[in-house]
Amino acid sequence: MSSELNIDRIARLARLKLTDDEKQKLAPQLAKIVDYIDLLGELDTSDVEPTAHILPVQNVFREDDPVKNFPEADYLSLAPKPDKGHYEVPKIIG
Amino acid sequence: MADPTNAPTLLQAREDLKNKKYSALELTESCLRRMDAVEDRVQAYLHISREQAIEQAKAADERIARGDDAPLLGVPLAIKDNICTQGLPSTCASKILGQFKSPYNATSVDRALKAGAVILGKTNLDEFAMGSTTENSGIHPTRNPWDLERVPGGSSGGSAAAVAAKECVAALGSDTGGSIRQPASFCGVTGLKPTYGRVSRFGLVAFASSLDQIGPMTQTVDDAAVLMNVIGGKDPLDSTSADVPMPDFTQALNRNVKGMKVGIPREYFTEGIDPEVETAVQNAIKTLQSLGMETVEVSLPHTKYAVATYYILACAEASANLSRYDGVKYGHRTEHAGNLMEMYENSREEGFGEEVKRRIILGTFVLSSGYYDAYYLKGQKARTLIKRDFEEAFKQCDVLAGPNCPLPAFKLNEKLDDPMQMYLADIYTISMNLAGIPAMSVPCGQTQGKLPVGLQLMAPHFQEETLFTVGKQFQLATDFHKQFPTL
Repeated sequence: MSSELNIDRIARLARLKLTDDEKQKLAPQLAKIVDYIDLLGELDTSDVEPTAHILPVQNVFREDDPVKNFPEADYLSLAPKPDKGHYEVPKIIG
Repeated sequence: MADPTNAPTLLQAREDLKNKKYSALELTESCLRRMDAVEDRVQAYLHISREQAIEQAKAADERIARGDDAPLLGVPLAIKDNICTQGLPSTCASKILGQFKSPYNATSVDRALKAGAVILGKTNLDEFAMGSTTENSGIHPTRNPWDLERVPGGSSGGSAAAVAAKECVAALGSDTGGSIRQPASFCGVTGLKPTYGRVSRFGLVAFASSLDQIGPMTQTVDDAAVLMNVIGGKDPLDSTSADVPMPDFTQALNRNVKGMKVGIPREYFTEGIDPEVETAVQNAIKTLQSLGMETVEVSLPHTKYAVATYYILACAEASANLSRYDGVKYGHRTEHAGNLMEMYENSREEGFGEEVKRRIILGTFVLSSGYYDAYYLKGQKARTLIKRDFEEAFKQCDVLAGPNCPLPAFKLNEKLDDPMQMYLADIYTISMNLAGIPAMSVPCGQTQGKLPVGLQLMAPHFQEETLFTVGKQFQLATDFHKQFPTL
């Protein structure tokens, strides 16, 4: 199904702005990889349950006790544009 | 005085420190001098934390003077740079994280520090652990200490090279599809990928969350057991860490292997394996027989689907995990953004390297509307079949043995432009992550060109003890793990 990989559509979904050079390089590589993973089509999996997680772990609960956490400033200082206790981003609503 | 050209094993270091043969400070300084001498050629590290290491070593010496006997007290470790260390850069070798410094330690790092370890620095990797050569590092490649024209393997190539070049006593790596075992094999060191859930993933930057595991990379199987005792066990901060008993792994080292059954997967010795690799692994199997182990041929019939299954599932999980790099909370933000969408797209375009983009695109595709069932769900079903292969095989044997990689260390740039060929070389290591079982690489030979070859040992879930027993007995019978490159 490699012909169906529309690189512009997928890049937009992935929030990646690829350059034309990148698209030219990536497209044939991805086509080759998708052709290869089509190999799974030959497996009969009609009676097979999917495995999402390898261990028989279901929900893990704990008491909802407040714990000491790191100061807000430790996290805000990592941001490229912190602003008065918030993260500054470009205008969202036009 | 510690010898700067020859970092001791972890066990030796602990014994020497206890006997005051040298101090923790002298040992740490000797590792730092070794880095000064070889790092320009090997480039195993992204960041060397010289001052902090010296402070930690002095603190260790004070603890030693008080009679403290913690298992890693005074032992200089290298940490893969996708494992968070408070106050030191944790960058995953990605420009998108820049000089990110984590506000907290990974649980494995926290446990190592409490056990007295000294952290020398952060080691190189393929960006976000995506790759098999460390060439996908966004900062610089690392070179194989055995042959500087070759790759150390990946993605934990920096940790493997640092151990092989004696730039640390031991290291931590991470393994999502072979990223501990394959570089261990390429660099002639010991590496263990524990059972999924054995070691907390808290503070390990997520690549593929259902496959990732942190593990030890060491000079010997003994050292790996000591490190596992420290880093393993349930952690309330990682709900996928398993609530199972933690044995003392060092107790498993000296058990007898006589009468144990070792399964040889037929599918791991087919076309495509390098003849010198095959010979080294077959000789290692003969050594196991000479120790009294019985061999039995087994089949893992879905092996041919493993690479496809892995790249569907790992890329799908990666595309979701890496959506957090949006230029808002940390890391790189573009200068060129008029609106929010442009900020996301340009920050990610500028910050991620080529392999990471390739995998995000592939992962987004297999999860996208109309393709989810054909790829992602199909991959999860194939994963069940691969897991069952191991369950069937372990009905006939205690442990499996085979190669880690069909080839010895590649030349730099040899496979960089053909990602499909690169992915296919992961064939022998990815199934264990899909099945969640523990697997270990131990050095088992060298090619004529003096490149190390590793033997891979695999055991059922939570049976790391079996790997320690067999690996240790193998190292008692051989001396490949005592061979180091001249630099």
